Amino acid sequence: MQYLLMIYENEEQRLARSEEDQKRLLAEYFEYTHQIREAGQHIAGDALQPTTTATSVRVRNGKTLTTDGPFAETKEQLGGYYLVEAKDLDEAIGLAARIPGAREGTIEVRPILVFD
Amino acid sequence: MDPAHAELDAVVRKARGRVLSSLIRSCDGDFDLAEDALHEAVLAAAAQWPANGVPHAPDAWLLQTARHKAIDVLRRDRRHRHRLEEFKHSVARTRDPEELVPISDDMLRLIFTCCHPALNEEARIALTLRTVIGLPTNEIARGFLVSEATMAQRLVRAKKKIREARIPYRVPDRADMPERLEAVLLVIYLVFNEGYSASSGEHLVRGNLCRHAIHVCRILQDLMPDETEVTGLLGLMLLQDSRREARTTAEGDLVLLADQNRGLWNHQQIGEGLTLCERALAQAQTPGAYAIQAAIAAVHARAKRAEDTDWTEIVLLYRALLGVRPTPVVALNYAVACAMASGAEEGLRLTEVLQDELAEYGPYHATRADLLRRMRRWTDATEAYERALSLATNEPERRFLERRLAETRAAGAASSSP
Repeated sequence: MQYLLMIYENEEQRLARSEEDQKRLLAEYFEYTHQIREAGQHIAGDALQPTTTATSVRVRNGKTLTTDGPFAETKEQLGGYYLVEAKDLDEAIGLAARIPGAREGTIEVRPILVFD
Repeated sequence: MDPAHAELDAVVRKARGRVLSSLIRSCDGDFDLAEDALHEAVLAAAAQWPANGVPHAPDAWLLQTARHKAIDVLRRDRRHRHRLEEFKHSVARTRDPEELVPISDDMLRLIFTCCHPALNEEARIALTLRTVIGLPTNEIARGFLVSEATMAQRLVRAKKKIREARIPYRVPDRADMPERLEAVLLVIYLVFNEGYSASSGEHLVRGNLCRHAIHVCRILQDLMPDETEVTGLLGLMLLQDSRREARTTAEGDLVLLADQNRGLWNHQQIGEGLTLCERALAQAQTPGAYAIQAAIAAVHARAKRAEDTDWTEIVLLYRALLGVRPTPVVALNYAVACAMASGAEEGLRLTEVLQDELAEYGPYHATRADLLRRMRRWTDATEAYERALSLATNEPERRFLERRLAETRAAGAASSSP
């Protein structure tokens, strides 16, 4: 079973981090990615550029509407994700809890819909 | 009802939780399949038992029949083909029908899955009452004052999340146990409180929620006798529930603990509650919140008359409770205990710091009103009663506050007249 672990965090805080903190966190993320890869649970994962680079697209009446910014203005923003393999929700929650970003932000865990 | 049907009824009521919990495991965590299969098995029993007699081990018969019904369902539905083999395999593993039923681990699996923190609180409560107790949906709905459709929807959504997010059907491992057990105990206590705070008009249906909460906690305590918080919670609920008859008048008015006729307390229940409370305190390295609350209830239960209550002991226990659960509501109760032990002024002083956090909490204002009344500060007391009244949530509480407000106003008028 696949789960998407979405890492939400306060972007301002993330950008305001000192270089040293940034480095330490990055190292933690590398370590985490390494661990779940070794365990065969890693499928994909990326960090995202900040929401200042986001573009929202919707099509209404056949017309494409493009706007600057993320889909929703919220206190915490999607900053990255992991797509993981886990046998059930408990295992996925366990993986989510180990993501370094879980300590300050929130990880949303969503099962991947399988069409059969 | 003829004897066979009456026995079926009794067997189903008693064995439903156990049979269902085992069946859900055979069905790989599929609650709906298990419930449908059990329903069909009960129908089969209703058709066969009157003619053929009640089987030797009726609950095992139900489980076995339900398993075959589940296999039928899986066979009918092509989408489930791949699950069929797995299912047959898990059924084949259990050979002796006598051994089929008393599988306590399945009951724990069921309870922990129903109370999984990934489900919202309302869903946990509904699912626990529906599957562990077997309470019909309409009765759960009446208990929680929502429509049957809303409650049914809640159950459907909960089961959908279990299935689609794949919440596992298992007992949590040691690392997760403290958090998960806390979630279970919270569900049980929420159900209990819902019943306990019920007013007289709805007394019967909602009051039953207390009984159901105690029942689930008993099952849990049987299965996990070394978990002191489970023992503590069971003791706490038994002690609180023992005062049921004395808590309201025939007209449904609230009777405060100090004014209750203690002869109406259920002393058999108190005996059991005290034993459980003592056991929880003796076994715990550091007593948890439920064990401490049970100990507080025990102090009240031991007092023959209200004036015999050992308030110094209660103050100490609340201090311990604040240590493990430092919430404003516990701090308020601590203030009340201190007022009883060392005077209303001291209690009032302790409520001052809670002013912001509990501004919208009715009992906070009712407590202050009572303390001010005891200090004969009539104007302040009147104001506090008015505030409490505006925040009251149920009818008996409202009537009680209105009565007190009128008394306070009258006392104020009398003291200001020359």
